[in-house]
Amino acid sequence: MSLSFDAGRLAMHRRRKRTNRIALALAMAAMVFGVFWLVWILIETARLGIGGLTLATFTQMTPAPQAEDGGLANAIFGSLLMVSLATAIGTPIGILAGVYLAEYGQRSWLGATTRFINDILLSAPSIVIGLFVYTVVVARMKTFSGFAGVLALALIVIPVVIRTTENMLALVPNALREAAYALGTPKWKVIVTITLKAARAGVLTGVLLALARIAGETAPLLFTALSNQFWSPNLGHPMASLPVTIFKFAMSPYENWQKLAWAGVFLITLGVLALNILARVFFRNKI
Amino acid sequence: MQRADLSSGPQPQRRVSPWPDRLFAFLALAAALATLALLAGILISLVVGAAPAIREYGLSFLWRSEWDPVQDRYGGLVMIYGTLVTSLIALLIAVPVSFGIALFLTELSPAWLKRPLGIAIELLAAVPSIVYGMWGLLVFGPLLATYVQQPLQAAFNGVPVLGALVSGPPVGIGLLSAGIILAIMIIPFIASVMRDVFEVTPPMLKESAYGLGSTTWEVVWRVVLPFTKTGVIGGVMLGLGRALGETMAVTFVIGNMNQLNSISLFEAANSITSALANEFAEAGEGLHQASLIYLGLVLFFITFVVLSFSKLLLARLKKGEGART
Repeated sequence: MSLSFDAGRLAMHRRRKRTNRIALALAMAAMVFGVFWLVWILIETARLGIGGLTLATFTQMTPAPQAEDGGLANAIFGSLLMVSLATAIGTPIGILAGVYLAEYGQRSWLGATTRFINDILLSAPSIVIGLFVYTVVVARMKTFSGFAGVLALALIVIPVVIRTTENMLALVPNALREAAYALGTPKWKVIVTITLKAARAGVLTGVLLALARIAGETAPLLFTALSNQFWSPNLGHPMASLPVTIFKFAMSPYENWQKLAWAGVFLITLGVLALNILARVFFRNKI
Repeated sequence: MQRADLSSGPQPQRRVSPWPDRLFAFLALAAALATLALLAGILISLVVGAAPAIREYGLSFLWRSEWDPVQDRYGGLVMIYGTLVTSLIALLIAVPVSFGIALFLTELSPAWLKRPLGIAIELLAAVPSIVYGMWGLLVFGPLLATYVQQPLQAAFNGVPVLGALVSGPPVGIGLLSAGIILAIMIIPFIASVMRDVFEVTPPMLKESAYGLGSTTWEVVWRVVLPFTKTGVIGGVMLGLGRALGETMAVTFVIGNMNQLNSISLFEAANSITSALANEFAEAGEGLHQASLIYLGLVLFFITFVVLSFSKLLLARLKKGEGART
């Protein structure tokens, strides 16, 4: 009797071990699966992108279909201009709101609501932001403009900066604030010169991540900045940007356009990944 | 410097006046209120923009499948169906894979690999969606057509439901490819939430289970997962919210065809976001534009509900965590 009991236990033991082994193998396969896509996408982008990259990519304007030469100069310029202006507008607002959440409204009803809404805006579809700016700005001004594009991107920057600023300020030990208050420092000075300063690496990381996010954003620009085939530094007119140009060129049947699209995709991927890695390195060194 | 001030007598400006403090508090409050105003602004502007379409169709817009700019008649069913089906496919693929990744990162990975692998998964989330789209259209789509779609069609030809699911032109563009690419895009979001919530499981619980002789799988499946299930569902909802609102990657590979003739997953279709991306800039003012904005409103509503749900679940886990320690 005890023999069959042991045999039963042994069988169960074996079955459990087998289940475990299968599950762990599947987990490992899932990990490989995840990394596999990243590697594949990066390799393809680099392979096809570097091939299309020439000096003309940076110096010449976007070409007509089936033209011999041409580059992405106006698109690169437009992207750089709009992304930097949007960051310049969105960052101060984001930091101030983050300060409110972490230093003023920790327990208040308003703070909790803002935090909740902000987290939803953080993941809200970016194309809806584009629609919003279209109805508020473009439809009123009767023209697509670089300015509208800047506004749309800035609205995407704000929630990202709020989130990181609040998180980073929450990490600053309260003893630091109390010490400053005990010396008679007014609250705004405590925040500006003590807590924000202590959290600045983290806040900067947030800004870099926001930059990386909007650098690749296409959807909110489609019907705000639209695009422009020519060199146009005027923010009051439609403005070319790298992502929208890529979208237009990649969907076209023309070979020279597709080649330029790959070059553009390579540039964007490179820029975004570099910003991400920079943000991580920066954050790690300072804390 | 302060010492020098003291020796020369107290300066009148050094007296703390309340207004810089008030100004700063006011600015911070205004910035926070601006966030709330942004949400209200989005809602109001979408409702106002969609008003002509809402007046014309009311809620029946949601189940009308006709989309005909020439005759100026619109209905959102095709796009809503496309958005929901692609997101569903994405979840079916992404949830088990993310679970596997989180399990690997928390229980199996050697310590030195944890960080690089974690960063690799997070970088997958950082890659701009337009890169996924272009890669999906020009690299992945053709491979999917040759190595997955055609064999599937050959295998399921004539089988009742499955056969219908895989009918249609196997060209690598359509609901299935859009769903797969969305899955790749949301894996990092779900996986990193799962990893984070798995890590808050008290080690004592896990060690007790290990001490009773449980295998790693049993610990994760019977102890960690039940303990963190609200957080896991919150993570899944977050991924779903992302998938529903993703624009560029879907626009590239879904095929942009307003049809709903079969349940085939290979058929080209349209989603809310791809319809907006393709048609909005060219749409004439009037009912066409209003209908597109109506679609945007529907999308915003769905994602808002999904993301709120996700937030509430994650917040509940955090609260429970506080109560237990």
